[in-house]
Amino acid sequence: MTTFTKIPKQITEAIENSSRRDFLKTAGMLVVSLQTASAQSAAPQGSGPYPDIDFRKLDSWIAIHADNTATFYVGKTDCGQGTGTAFRQMMADELDIAFNKTSVVMGHTENTPDQGGSGGSDAIQVDGWPMRRVAAEARRVLLEMAAQKFGVPVNGLAVSEAVISVKADASKKVTYGELIGGKKFNVALTGKDIDDTTGVAKVKTVQELKIVGTSPQRFDIPAKVDGTLKWAVDAKAPGMVHARNVKPPFVGAKLVSIDESSVRSIPGFVKVINKGNYIAVVCEREEHAIQAARQLKVNWEKPATAPFPSSQDLFKYMRAAKPTSSAKPEIVGDAAAALAGAAKVLEAEYDIPFQGHTAISPGHAMADPSNGVMTIYSNDMKSYGMRRGVAQFLGIPRDRVRVVWLEGPQGYGRTAAEDAGFEAAYIAKELNRPVRMQWMRHEETAWDTKAPAFACKMRGGLDAQGNLIAVDYGSQAVAYNHIGYNEAESVLVAQLMGVRRNPPAGRGATPSDMYAIPNRRMTSDVVGLPLIWETPLRTGNLRDPNGPQITFASESFIDELAFAAKADPFEFRMKLLMAGNTDDRGFRRARSIACMKAAAQAYGWDTRPGPKPASSANTLTGRGIAYSFRGQTIAVEIAEVEVNRTTGRVWVKRLVCAHDCGLVINPEAIKRTIEGAMLHSLSRALHEEVTFDTEKVTSVDWATHPMLTHTDTPERIDVILVNGDPNPNRPDLPHYGAGEGGCKPMLAVVANAIFDATGVRIRRVPFRGARVLEALRSARA
Amino acid sequence: MSKFTLKVNGGTHTVDVESATPLLYVLRNDLGLQGPRFGCGLGQCGACTVIINGVATRSCVTPVSTVKSEITTLEGISKNGALHPLQQAWIDEQVPACGFCQNGQIMTAKALLDKTPHPNDTQIREAMARTLCRCMTYYRVQTAIKRVAGKRSVAEAAAASQEVVA
Repeated sequence: MTTFTKIPKQITEAIENSSRRDFLKTAGMLVVSLQTASAQSAAPQGSGPYPDIDFRKLDSWIAIHADNTATFYVGKTDCGQGTGTAFRQMMADELDIAFNKTSVVMGHTENTPDQGGSGGSDAIQVDGWPMRRVAAEARRVLLEMAAQKFGVPVNGLAVSEAVISVKADASKKVTYGELIGGKKFNVALTGKDIDDTTGVAKVKTVQELKIVGTSPQRFDIPAKVDGTLKWAVDAKAPGMVHARNVKPPFVGAKLVSIDESSVRSIPGFVKVINKGNYIAVVCEREEHAIQAARQLKVNWEKPATAPFPSSQDLFKYMRAAKPTSSAKPEIVGDAAAALAGAAKVLEAEYDIPFQGHTAISPGHAMADPSNGVMTIYSNDMKSYGMRRGVAQFLGIPRDRVRVVWLEGPQGYGRTAAEDAGFEAAYIAKELNRPVRMQWMRHEETAWDTKAPAFACKMRGGLDAQGNLIAVDYGSQAVAYNHIGYNEAESVLVAQLMGVRRNPPAGRGATPSDMYAIPNRRMTSDVVGLPLIWETPLRTGNLRDPNGPQITFASESFIDELAFAAKADPFEFRMKLLMAGNTDDRGFRRARSIACMKAAAQAYGWDTRPGPKPASSANTLTGRGIAYSFRGQTIAVEIAEVEVNRTTGRVWVKRLVCAHDCGLVINPEAIKRTIEGAMLHSLSRALHEEVTFDTEKVTSVDWATHPMLTHTDTPERIDVILVNGDPNPNRPDLPHYGAGEGGCKPMLAVVANAIFDATGVRIRRVPFRGARVLEALRSARA
Repeated sequence: MSKFTLKVNGGTHTVDVESATPLLYVLRNDLGLQGPRFGCGLGQCGACTVIINGVATRSCVTPVSTVKSEITTLEGISKNGALHPLQQAWIDEQVPACGFCQNGQIMTAKALLDKTPHPNDTQIREAMARTLCRCMTYYRVQTAIKRVAGKRSVAEAAAASQEVVA
């Protein structure tokens, strides 16, 4: 077993104590083994110790204890946005129990039903519903039990904070714990898939919710600041060894030979692992594994052709490349004809480079093959996917694999945690010993998955009165062979071992707004690079996967059109929103307008057409606005910037975000999530770019791949939850995702503010000092 | 391999490792102190920060053989079960997102406030400049530091109470 100490109680129970598993087994879990719709795997289910958890059993989701507390078991993970706290709020509210009498176990494949882990900001929006419904069902069952006990109908009972009392005789009361504590519900649920899971009970109306809409402190934070939390990086097991990868120094290189004698004298050397072009070294001690990875002599053969153009030549390459696929154009009216007849036509190109996930902790995992089963301790946000993928990769039945999710660095998409999990499991199986895999910084920054680079072209036409009559958007995205989550055929270790899958076509993207533009054409192409396998320029989802890139183009261009129309950028946008006369089922147009107004009011928007008048000051100031939505979540952002004319440095001094994600579960947690999303995108706007020559990635650490720092931090950030607390005017507004919407407009917001300050338009991300300086100089020339 | 005696958080430990071994791995793997964490191994991010001689020190680039003074880790700044004021401020302000880097944020802030109890905004930004957070919690980190810096330090409070007595 593991040697953890001081893990939060609910995790200790989940890891160390088999009583939960036995508890579920006796509920008939071993016999019934229903797969979720997504649970496809080459490895068959047998009679292993870790069968899938049956989501159609109430006991799989909720346990009531004798001390009148409850534990919730959910198949999600919390990547630092406080979703775990939000799950407890939603479920406690439906169950009618105090928040502090509950706990939650997340993403632990052996004990929690498969809700897929995290991703797509759907934890609250999608997975919150089955959580609410099963909690409501548990409340219903408990009320039935009390009705039987007291011999009164259910409507003769009142329930508050897990105590049920008889309305007519308040002396008659019973706690949930007294009714069922430590025993099973044995209640079946229905639903075609896990998202559809339901009992008989209905969820509460928004007006009935008491805990939702309040801001209890996040339960995970104290252990994160006092040093007691045990993270995935802390997982240890008796006999555990340390592994490090040895990556090809030239992308696309072929392994010729390994000189193992170059590392054999290192103390505690265990083994060199090799299959195809995959190499790892294993030592008893961590520092020796690092030394061995540096010291190992390997003979590589360079590829005959360059795997990719250099980052300097990337956009030229992209624009000339033949698309591997093109999405069906989205067409309104006839943009070509309208542009031909326009009084003024604008054209502009926008370039967004590859940007990396580059987690603060490089990818890591610990795999323990003890007792004929594989246990992986991982922070990967999709623990169920890792379980399926590793089972398939290693050719062992899924019910002999479990993934214990533990906290880790930020999970904003497809991270190298997945690669490290597969590698640890592979090596653990080879050695039959527990193995800790840890990527190094240069490896993470160079080789983790990248957000696709985009080359966008915009054309727009104004009529003689300055009305926007046509917009044409076209983009090329390097997203061919986009890497999915935990795929046994596309995970990096598999690629390096020579596994190949048929590459998918990738997917482009088009902007999201509710502007009424009479003629519009939007096309998106995908292009590839010369080398599509075993390359660090592999694309994968990064927080709002294409949103910041395409919104940079579309919302910068709207600003350019506003300037050409001699209109204020806020008023120009408002006019485009107000011109519409239809809305969608989520009222996105009305909510976009509400957010525009709220942002402008909170900032104190000063209306004026065109940039600020030229100034001779060294520090120029300006403000910009941009807007977009992700799914049903609306974000309008305003930035105030200072541009230093001598250094080119851009400082975003103030940020405002008006945000509408429907029903808010925890306002304080969501404000911080939106702040983080904005600043993450601000880092991408000001600093981040993956650079490479024609052999390798050259941005490999925090010096060569700079990011936002404390000195860049705005001195004031205002987040306005436009539909924050339960809205009396729209009581049934559902809860939408909030993890990514705040990322989307930021690149454009900053570019628009720089234009306002300087009169210079920058169409290439990131806006590092040298680039801004060059743009200012060119404008003067 | 050689033996090194380290004073950590009030205790004394002897380890048998190579002299060049970064302090980080000794703390984490030999002494079980996992507050400091590996982030870059290059001294660039601060996730591994400990305090030695009052200085926020990057343990990932500090060879164990060079450490002569007492080491304080995140685990060592709370006393008798009471959180350090910075730790409490981190909870009050709900600072962390994922929290992985927060060891470095808290320890760097502690070294700052120990030396400069009431820093201005520029001093805070400069002292914290090289401590990175990928969740970008900087705004809340700075708010939490200001919350503590705005209060009288323990030493000042003690001095003030002595004045009253005198």
